[in-house]
Amino acid sequence: MTECAIRTDGLTRDFGTLRAVDNVSLEVPAGAIFGFLGPNGSGKTTTIRLLLGLLEPTRGTATVLGHDAGSEADAIRERCGALLEHSGLYERMTAQDNLEFYARVWHLSPAERRGRVRELLSGLGLWDRRHEIVGAWSRGMKQKLAVARALLHRPDLVFLDEPTAGLDPIAAVALRDDLTGLARREGVTVFLTTHNLSEAEKLCDQVAVIRTGRLLAVGRPDELRGRARRDRMEVTGRGLDARVAALLATEPAVESAELRDDRLTLRLRDGHDTAPLVALLVREGVAVDEVRKGGADLEEAFMALVGNDA
Amino acid sequence: MIGDILTIAWKDLREVLLQSGTLRRSLRGLLFSFLIFGVFLPLQIGPDLVRQPAAILPFAWVPLLLASGMVADGIAGERERHTLETLLASRLSDRSILLGKVVAAIAYGWGFMLVSAAVGLVTVNVVNAGHGLLMYEPGALAVLGVFGLLGAGLVACGGALVALRAPTVRQAAQNMNLAIFAVVLIPILGLQVLPVDVRRQVFTTLSGLDWLTIGVGAAAILAAADLLLLAATMARFQRARLILD
Repeated sequence: MTECAIRTDGLTRDFGTLRAVDNVSLEVPAGAIFGFLGPNGSGKTTTIRLLLGLLEPTRGTATVLGHDAGSEADAIRERCGALLEHSGLYERMTAQDNLEFYARVWHLSPAERRGRVRELLSGLGLWDRRHEIVGAWSRGMKQKLAVARALLHRPDLVFLDEPTAGLDPIAAVALRDDLTGLARREGVTVFLTTHNLSEAEKLCDQVAVIRTGRLLAVGRPDELRGRARRDRMEVTGRGLDARVAALLATEPAVESAELRDDRLTLRLRDGHDTAPLVALLVREGVAVDEVRKGGADLEEAFMALVGNDA
Repeated sequence: MIGDILTIAWKDLREVLLQSGTLRRSLRGLLFSFLIFGVFLPLQIGPDLVRQPAAILPFAWVPLLLASGMVADGIAGERERHTLETLLASRLSDRSILLGKVVAAIAYGWGFMLVSAAVGLVTVNVVNAGHGLLMYEPGALAVLGVFGLLGAGLVACGGALVALRAPTVRQAAQNMNLAIFAVVLIPILGLQVLPVDVRRQVFTTLSGLDWLTIGVGAAAILAAADLLLLAATMARFQRARLILD
């Protein structure tokens, strides 16, 4: 049986009359990269705080690395790393000083400190800039340093609260690659919150979807995509217009048709062939350049889950 | 725990030394302060700085001023700069985080006072060269050391309690200044509002006591106030409450 890094059972947290986390029960296998997806205000950050023992649950239990989050929070934090809502970096200090401080917090010996700081900064391409004041850095570099800080003491479990939020696509991809590499090399369990669904799909072994504090679904990304049960066809070409889209939408095989940026996206009903639809497009005078067919992506699965819950 | 306290104190002191952007710039600012307290003031006071025990007392204000600013930055500032939650998510206990910040504020203020007093002694000796080596009265130095430390402790512990309730560093510093002002002013005003005969009785009692008794009594009162404020601050500095704040 795979060991569980995190297990919650009916985890609930109220703030006055607001229920921020509502009866969340989930299991995170050890060694996995687990994505926690949800829109803003859905309870992701509150869940992390409950799991770290920074807040007490109103009801329910959470067991993290075998410790109860309510009564053994110190033991949990001893073995965890965290990159929370804010990077938590001391911007008046240098990168090396930031890591040096947290290395002391985690009781790394002087030799371990030197080695580990060098290893992480070099691995992230920040070694040559270690003496620079962090406040002058870009957001992407700060996030990299914050990830390094979270992994400094080789934790068994690391919490990352939207690590790529606010980063440009290039920086986000770079950070994601670094994160994946580090997590795999270190063998650490990652609990990651995001509302970047593409990122979750590429990064995570398992995902959970939360909205208004309630867990809507848990599973592998391909399982969640399957639940959306929407095959899709995308057509690009010349002559695509609203008339053609409306005509296609009336076809029995088509559930919906959307035209955006010269790309026609058709959501198909189960078990229907796409060839007649292509033939119809050609008859209507569309010069078809490309036809792509695929299952629903995680974004559609997410929208389906969240939309159904509205 | 002591190691954790010193780790936090080291970080806070390092931050305050770098608050002007670079270490060089910060040291320049400190040097300017040393010039005021260690050179300019002693030059004004002259050899009386060492000959008159009471002349050394202005140095006792230094820890109060520096400690209040530092603890405001260390607590309200940490929250304002969004670094507090990450610190709370680490293995450090609430107690070691708080005590580390209090120790840093006391060390900064008291250390600055001692260095200023030493620089002042050098200044007075340089200016009065040829008249023998001038030294502080041991008793005066001991009073300065003890009251400077207790005063820094009072401001650090009280300042921490104030800073926990303040949303910003500026608000914390303003509230702290008001509190210091009240602590100084209330006894003076209190004496004024006392009936004349009661006031006379107080002065008669005090003048009948020797300086040692007054000093020990005052130190005991300060120490008790320090401990009470520290206990109140520790009760308020709870992780879950700080997160909700």
